[in-house]
Parts: sequence; C-alpha cells; structure tokens
Amino acid sequence: MTEALVFFMAHANTWAATALLCVGLWVIMVRGNLFKKVIGLNIFQTGVFLFYISMGYVRGGTAPIVVDDPDAVYSNPLPHVLILTAIVVSVATTSLALALIVRIRESYGTTEEDDVIAADEP
Amino acid sequence: MNEHLIVRVVTKMLVPFVLLFAIYVQMHGDFGPGGGFQAGVIFATGFIVYGLVFGIERLIKALPLRILLFGISGGLLLYAGVGIASLFAGGTYLDYGVLDSHDPVHGQHLGILLVELGVGITVASVMTAIFITFAERWHR
Amino acid sequence: MNLLAHLPALQIVVPLVGAPICALLFNPRLAQPFAVLVSLVTFAISIALLNQVLAEGEVVYRMGGWEPPWGIVYVVDPLNALLLCLVSGMAAIVMPAVRLGIGSETTERSRRLFLTLALLALTGMLGIVITGDAFNLYVFLEISSLSSYALIATGTDRRAAAAAFNYLVQGTVGATFILIGIGLLYMMTGTLNMADLGERVVDLRHTAPIQAALAFILVGAAVKAALFPAHAWMPNAYTYAPSMVSAFFGATATKVGAYIMIRFIFTVFGAEWVFGDMMVGWVLVPLGIAAAFAGSLVAIWQTDLKRMLAYSSVAQVGYISAAIGLGNKDGLIAAIVHVFNHGLMKGALFMVMACVILRMGRADISSFRGLGRRMPVTMGCFVVAGLSMIGVPLTVGFVSKWYLILGAVEAGMWPVAVLVVMSSLLAVVYIWRVVEVAYFAPPPDTARVREAPALLLVPTLLLTVLCVAFGVATDTTVGVASYAVSFLMGEP
Repeated sequence: MTEALVFFMAHANTWAATALLCVGLWVIMVRGNLFKKVIGLNIFQTGVFLFYISMGYVRGGTAPIVVDDPDAVYSNPLPHVLILTAIVVSVATTSLALALIVRIRESYGTTEEDDVIAADEP
Repeated sequence: MNEHLIVRVVTKMLVPFVLLFAIYVQMHGDFGPGGGFQAGVIFATGFIVYGLVFGIERLIKALPLRILLFGISGGLLLYAGVGIASLFAGGTYLDYGVLDSHDPVHGQHLGILLVELGVGITVASVMTAIFITFAERWHR
Repeated sequence: MNLLAHLPALQIVVPLVGAPICALLFNPRLAQPFAVLVSLVTFAISIALLNQVLAEGEVVYRMGGWEPPWGIVYVVDPLNALLLCLVSGMAAIVMPAVRLGIGSETTERSRRLFLTLALLALTGMLGIVITGDAFNLYVFLEISSLSSYALIATGTDRRAAAAAFNYLVQGTVGATFILIGIGLLYMMTGTLNMADLGERVVDLRHTAPIQAALAFILVGAAVKAALFPAHAWMPNAYTYAPSMVSAFFGATATKVGAYIMIRFIFTVFGAEWVFGDMMVGWVLVPLGIAAAFAGSLVAIWQTDLKRMLAYSSVAQVGYISAAIGLGNKDGLIAAIVHVFNHGLMKGALFMVMACVILRMGRADISSFRGLGRRMPVTMGCFVVAGLSMIGVPLTVGFVSKWYLILGAVEAGMWPVAVLVVMSSLLAVVYIWRVVEVAYFAPPPDTARVREAPALLLVPTLLLTVLCVAFGVATDTTVGVASYAVSFLMGEP
C-alpha cells in the first residue's frame, strides 16, 4: 500500500499533467459546442505547461533570480522561459479561435458543430 | 450609469496605478519576475478595465485601432531592429554584446531592455486590439 | 558587415521585417509590389545559401554570438537548403498573382493585411526549415500555423471559417504533441540543440521518456504533414481557402511537416534505432500506401476539383511517408526529391484552378466543359502537371516514383513497389476525367471566355515548365538530394 502511495506522490506532477492532458483531449473530441472545444484546447495546453514547469524544479532551489549568496541553489530557469513562449502561443491561438467562432456564428447563426455540419448538407 | 458610481470612481483612480505598475514590471524584468509579456498584459488590462466600465466608444476614442496597429508593428520592428543594429555593429544577429563598444555587459543590458520594450509594446497593443475588435462588433 | 556571412539570419529577418512594414505602409496600393519585392529578395537569399552549402558543406550560424548548445544555431545542410529554395521560390512565384487571385472581394486595406499574413507564414516556414534548435522549431511552427489558419479563413465561402476552425483545433493538438515530445527530450538530456540531442540520446534509447518522445513527435509531425489518418483537416481547408492560398500552402505546408519528421528521425533520434528497434518503418510504410490508395480513390469521386487536388495531396504525402519509412538511401532520396517535385506539381495545379475560378467563377468539373478550346494554355498546363502527378517519364513525378520503387525493391518490399504503380494508375483516372470533359465535351452556351490574364498565367506556365525541366535535367534535384542523404545518414 505504501509503495503505491510513494509511487503516486513521487510523480504527482506527472499524474496531474497527464490528467489535464486527457481531460483536455476528451473535451475537444466529445463536446460539440465550438466554445467548449476551445476550452478543451486550453486545458490540454495547460497540462503541457504544468508538465514542463514542474520538471524544472530543483529540490531545495529558490526562484532563479541571482542573489548574493554564493551557495544558493536555483531552479532551472529555462523551462520558465519556454513555457512563457508557449503561453503566448496559446493566447494567440485562443483569440484566433474565438474570432473564427464569431465569424461562424455570423454566417451560420449557431455555435454547435453538429448544426454547422447539418447546415452544409446538400 | 449613476448606479455604477463606486465602480466608475474606483476605476478612474486605479487605472493610472495599473499603468504605472505595468511600467515597473517592464523595467524590473532583470531583477524579479517581469519582462515584456507580463508588462504588456498588465498595461492592456488598464485599458480594458477602462473600456469595460466607461464604454467601448470612449476607449476607441482614446486609442483608435490605427494607433494599436502602429504599436503592434512598431514593437516587432523594434525587436528586429535591435538585431539588425547588432549586424551593423559587427556581431551576429541579436548579439547584444557589440551594441556598446566599450562594455559588453552594458551592451547586453541595453539590448535586453530594448528587446523587452519591443515585446511589451506589441503585447499591450495586441491585447487591447483583440478586446476592442470583439467588443465593438458586439456593440454594433 | 559581410552580407554573405549573415545569410542564414537574413533569410528569416527579411520576411520577418517585411511583414510589419507591409502592415504599416501608408499607401495600400504599395503593399502588393512591396510583398513581391520581399519574396524575391528572400528567394535570392535561398539560392545564395544553396550555393554556399553545395560549395562549402554545412553552414552553421550562431544567433546572438552564443556557442551551441547554449545558444540557438541555424544549421543549413543540403536538405534545408533545398527546402528553403522550394518555400521561398513558391512564395516568389505566387506572390505577384495575389492581387488578381484574391479578386475584387477584398478591399485594399484588407489586402494589405492579407499580404502581411502571407509574409508571416513565409517567415514561419523558412524558420522551421532553417533552425537547428528544437524549441525554436516549435515557435516557428506555431507562427506559420497561426498565419495559415487566418489566411484560410479569408475565403469567401462561408465554410472557410469552419474549415479554418477545424484546422486550428487539429493543428494545435498536433503542434502541442510536438511540444510534449520536445519537453520529454529536454527532461532527459538537458539540451535543446538538435545536434547535441542526437549525441546525448544515443545512451538513453532504452528509457521510456525518449521512446514516448519519438511517438509524440512523429504523431505531431504526421498531423502537420496530413499523413493519413491525421489528414482530416486538409481537404476542407484547401478547398474553401482562396486559390492563391491553396497554391502556396498546398505546395509547402505539408512538405514542411514531412521535413520535421525527417529531421527528428535522422538528426535527433538516429535512423538505425528508429527503423530497427522502434520499427517505425512498419508504421510509416503501410500508412503511406494506405494514404496513397485512399486519397486517390476518394479523389476520383469528387466533383469539386480543388477538393480532388486536396485528396490527391493526401495520396502524395502518403508516398513521401512510405519513402521515409523504407529507411534506406534510395527511399530517402525519393522522399526528398518528391517533397520538392510535389511542391512544383501541386503549385501548378492549384494555379490552374485559380485561373479557372477567375474566368468561370467555380472550379466544378462542369465549369471545365470545353475549356480545352477556350483556355488552351491553362488546360495545357493542367495536362502536363497532371501527367507529372501520374508519373509519366520526362516529368518530375516519374523521378520520385522511380526512386521510391528502387528503394522498395532494395528493402525487399516487392508488394510496396507494385502498390505504388497501382495507385499511380488511379491518378490516371482522376486526371483523365478532367481532360475528357475539357477537350471532348461541348462548351455550354455562356458568353465567350477568354484565356486567363498574363499575371496569373505566367506563374502557372513557369511552374509547369519547371515540372518538365526538372524531370528532364534530373541531376540538380537528385544530386542535391543525394548530398543531403549522405549528410543525414552520417557518411562524411
């Protein structure tokens, strides 16, 4: 029992990230409302961000800002920078997706994917 | 709009401080959490909250989309321009060290400052432009 | 400042700086000539880089003066150089025709923004091809993807927005898979530089994260390359996009996805392990052949000809993936040569569609009736490019199929060679359908239809002539491809 608990808690960040990835992908695939697909996309990308940043943590490390202590241990700053870029990409993707939904709403009058497909059936 | 009196007064008092905080975050990217993207978003937040409380037409009158387009393109050109300046100063592209011929560390400092400024301008303009584009469409 | 030494940086900087300047131009009428100028300069830089690589070998450019693996490097080897020429060449050829192809539906202001997006898409794709850093590749991938989603949504058909939305969701999932793969690689090795990754991965191949990284990256690249069954976004996206956009992206975007696959398999993970222990070849070859058959079969039944060309692209990407999956020299040469050739062929075919849409209003099979007599040059280009798609000798299509069959025979996979020939016969059916209607059906009694204007016709003719020229003088493309393969497979 304790081994199972240790196995779970030792990789808690990976479990959390995997859960978010799976939830995000499920929402994208299953939900028909276009807004919900965008939210699923965001959840999916958030899982990736969590995964990256948590792997940059160094045990006992502080924030990666230079202090005067010569023995200071810092967390790895590179994942932070990478995820900052990825968050910007995610924001741009979300705003573009929302602009497309506005367009679709104006043309079709609906934001449900099934209705959009049905409206184009000959 | 008199029933929103408290919100309007508080917003009027807060917006300058939000913008000031954004400039603080922009300049302190070297020493603490901060830098271009974060500062740009905070800067845009100041304008967005103004647009939410006082109406989108007043925001558009204060910040027409043409100025925002200048901001978006200008920030990107500032970033790329720093790189091209490095090319002319003799280093490779985006080599900040050669920007100051006497002290490479100072050159790095200058380069990063300008580059983050470019990013901040672009991000602030983009965020505000996204908000204005969506809001005025609904308003129409 | 020695310009020649900074060519790799300039390759990206010129279109990257051109895009905001294009958006800021005071006179909107200047946007079109400015964009044409920028794409011509970019193409000139690509040619110069190709010459440099052929003369001196690999060109390495350190960004910001930082040494690899701490800094980002741009590495131009023969594979990169060939693809750079393809992407910037297609942009230079298609850009002058944009004003006519987009037509009078767009105002001049929005045309200025359209050209800005096109330049950003060009920057993104050039960046993917030229960079030697894994995360830099992801950033440029997203730049090009976001621009392409927006460009596809500019189509006038109301289904364009829905097609762009579907492409956005699927493309972002694919790109995020690539990001996950890069994250797993970084977690295990501590570096993002591709060459450095290649060295450090060798000792770690038995660990689960590296194997998972291979899987994630291959699936993500397959989505971007529209490899069956991850191709679902492509037919709708290229059918409802404006024809210029389809011409440019149909020739370049999926090829760049195939490039990502090649680059990660050969430079980062190492070919012997990927095709040996991981048996990726057993996934890529069947999927590729299935794509070739499925794509060609579905193409036969289409009435909308842009959709037919899109499904034909699915088939061609299948050939490229099968060629990569074979894992031997001839297969890889076939893949690289077909990446280049298919860009030419599909570019020519989509430009023909643009001409027809301009004159007839639609690209249905019914609008092609009697077009052989009324638009002879356009239909001539269609016939030649179509023959190239089938793989008739003296055209570029034949060269790639030849090397593909050679590679299949060399790998001992006789059934694959037979299947490639059979699926090429399917291409005869859908090309002949159009040719028959164009030349043997009586034209409807509508008003006289003139030949396409010169601005659209010249790029079409140019691409068609190149289809034949590179098919006759095969030494250039095959020579560069063989040189590239010797680099990728590690022979000095």
